[in-house]
Amino acid sequence: MGSAVMQASPFARAESVRKKRKIVVVTFGGGARDQETFAPEGQENIPHMLSEMAPQSSFFTHVTNQGILGHYVATASLATGVYETLNNFASVAPEHPTVCEYFRKELKRPSSDAWVVAPSNGFHRIGESEVRGFGPGQGARVILPKRLLGLASSGGNADFEHLLHDNYETPLYTPMLAGGEVELQQLEAILKLSVSDFATHARTLSSPDELSLYIAKRLMREEAPSLLWITMHDIDVAHSGAYSLYIDGIRRTDRLCAELWKTIQTEPEYAGNTTMFVLPDFGRDSDFDAGGNGFQHHRTGDAASRTTWMMVLGAGVRQGVVYDTPVESIDLVPSIGAMAGFSPSRSSGKIIRELV
Amino acid sequence: MLPRDLKAENFAKYPPEARAIVVEHLEGLRRLPLAFVPSLLREAIDYDYRFPVERSVIKKELEMLGALTDAEVSVWFAGFAAVSVSQALESLDWVNLPAQFVEQEAAYLWSTHQLDAFRSAAKEYGDRLDARVNKAEPLPLQRLGIAVIGQGVSTYDAPLMRNLRKHGTYFSNVKPDGGLATLLALVEKRAEKHPKPYAHWCIDGGAPSEHSDRITSVSYEALAPLRNSLLKRMQTEIDRPGMGPEELRTVLARLTPADFGMENFSDPVLSRFELKLFTEGSGTQIYSTTFAQWTAREVLRRAQPLTLLVRFAPRQRQRPMNELLAGGHAEANVDPNGSLVDAEMGAYYQWIDQQRLPGAEQSAFIAWFEDHGDAVVIGPSMPRGTVSQSAIEMEKLLSLVSI
Repeated sequence: MGSAVMQASPFARAESVRKKRKIVVVTFGGGARDQETFAPEGQENIPHMLSEMAPQSSFFTHVTNQGILGHYVATASLATGVYETLNNFASVAPEHPTVCEYFRKELKRPSSDAWVVAPSNGFHRIGESEVRGFGPGQGARVILPKRLLGLASSGGNADFEHLLHDNYETPLYTPMLAGGEVELQQLEAILKLSVSDFATHARTLSSPDELSLYIAKRLMREEAPSLLWITMHDIDVAHSGAYSLYIDGIRRTDRLCAELWKTIQTEPEYAGNTTMFVLPDFGRDSDFDAGGNGFQHHRTGDAASRTTWMMVLGAGVRQGVVYDTPVESIDLVPSIGAMAGFSPSRSSGKIIRELV
Repeated sequence: MLPRDLKAENFAKYPPEARAIVVEHLEGLRRLPLAFVPSLLREAIDYDYRFPVERSVIKKELEMLGALTDAEVSVWFAGFAAVSVSQALESLDWVNLPAQFVEQEAAYLWSTHQLDAFRSAAKEYGDRLDARVNKAEPLPLQRLGIAVIGQGVSTYDAPLMRNLRKHGTYFSNVKPDGGLATLLALVEKRAEKHPKPYAHWCIDGGAPSEHSDRITSVSYEALAPLRNSLLKRMQTEIDRPGMGPEELRTVLARLTPADFGMENFSDPVLSRFELKLFTEGSGTQIYSTTFAQWTAREVLRRAQPLTLLVRFAPRQRQRPMNELLAGGHAEANVDPNGSLVDAEMGAYYQWIDQQRLPGAEQSAFIAWFEDHGDAVVIGPSMPRGTVSQSAIEMEKLLSLVSI
């Protein structure tokens, strides 16, 4: 009798739905300006997001990042809901608890339920902080596809080299890893993927972000994490100063985001119960700021480099609505918390009311 | 150390002319905040190797700072004085390492959320400086910028030069025969008419074009030995234990032409400039389109030329960054169409950079799709946002804006 009542209870149903709810965050990186994306002159570069995804989304036109505009520190800020001040190029953990730590601790989720797919070695500490009460072992598992590929091709197969560069801002520097990330031998156990199949498939891919998507899809199929954070990075080739490569990166990322959204809609564990966030970590310098060199870098801190957009799709999200209300990038974590049922107590961001 | 403690002997390691000019104006520097002084010293320390325009600007600025009353100093530098500087920065040898100070100061400003305040102080100071000493003097010759883009592209269907069209007239039917030679002849003519060191430049993304000694020339191909030596040097540094990106930048900033056997070059100013294109530029070492764009930016910013012709060439196809930077591979494959897109943006940036210089309202600019009929012409007499489909020869096109 009691269990029958509980099953019929709307509260129980709500709890059941909450347990199944999945969150996917994609950082549209690294660093894309409005004028090459959603501004009128840039829309030709994002046909998939514009025509397939935007009509299904709540779209925020004015997202500001008031923090440090380096990719690792900015991604850490997105993940903690606090403007982090760590050294962008150092192998250090975020200084505040990450969304993955709040999620796992408050909702009592296992480590297999929160994953980060990050582009390069520089992001390998992004999954968890060292904060007392949170910290090591309490955050997300991190998978670095390019790192795996490097290990898989350690025999010196040059075919893989085009995927291995670590960081476009400092292309010669590859930080040492300090452990914690998924290693090669775990490929088979977690992703049900042999090293040779992984290496063979990688041969068909043209960029590191394509590899990241491939790994993310395997994770969704095999582990079905409830919190999945994917950091794209191809666009940051802009640091090389070649505008065509920057635009190619945006177009590729647009295509990959649409492919991920389609996967979400077709994977049984995700279809119908997933909310997906897509946002650049920040923009890039304006063409007109004499302190910068336009699209190439994000060093001036001007409005173009700080202001960007966010697209939210899926479960619980109003479709086809555009919000011009200013929000900050650190508002992401509190908003995810409000949706998923946990409280990021140390975040300094605010809940985006339009999403809850 | 703080600026008020500065003494002449602190500048003993400066090159002779730099030392002389700074010591001469030391009294003025002592009154200024630490957040500001290293930025000025970063320019002054290379005084011996600066272009004539830069030397004049540095001299005028130092003289002006010395002439300010104490009350004016308080007002002019209130913004900088309000910016806090860390103890570590204060302890740095900022007199001899001003560039490193500025870089570390930038990181500190980011992390302490003072960047906007610093930017605001810098802009305010720049405006005051312009009003006081950088008053525009009439140019002896209307400034002219030329961008030649699309070398090696046979066909291209997408609309070109959309950013530039808004500011001038788009010509869709330029007769391309002899176009490049006509442009180069114009540069020669201007240099002959107004011969002045570093006033007329040709930048080539490929091999250098033929020109007289009156024209300063920089080319990607001619600098290949320097590029390769530098890349090897960078790789060696990277392999050292403890080397990170910030340390690498510091190492690069300290390199001089002598480190690459360039000390015997006849023009020490130009050889320093060329080295900095690779040690300060990002991507200039690997992509010729980036090299051409960045060089144009630096030439305009530093030398303020009267004539600047930039000819973009096809860059190599994108290959893995680590492999590229390691060097040792022939640059067999090029990407002409991607290079055209790069160059199109590079031409737009060249025009923007030109417009930052004195006499901008009278300057002229031409961007031409090499060996094709597309060109944009911008100048005081050219209607904006219009299109001309009439057949026109390059000589006639030039006559619309240049003297």
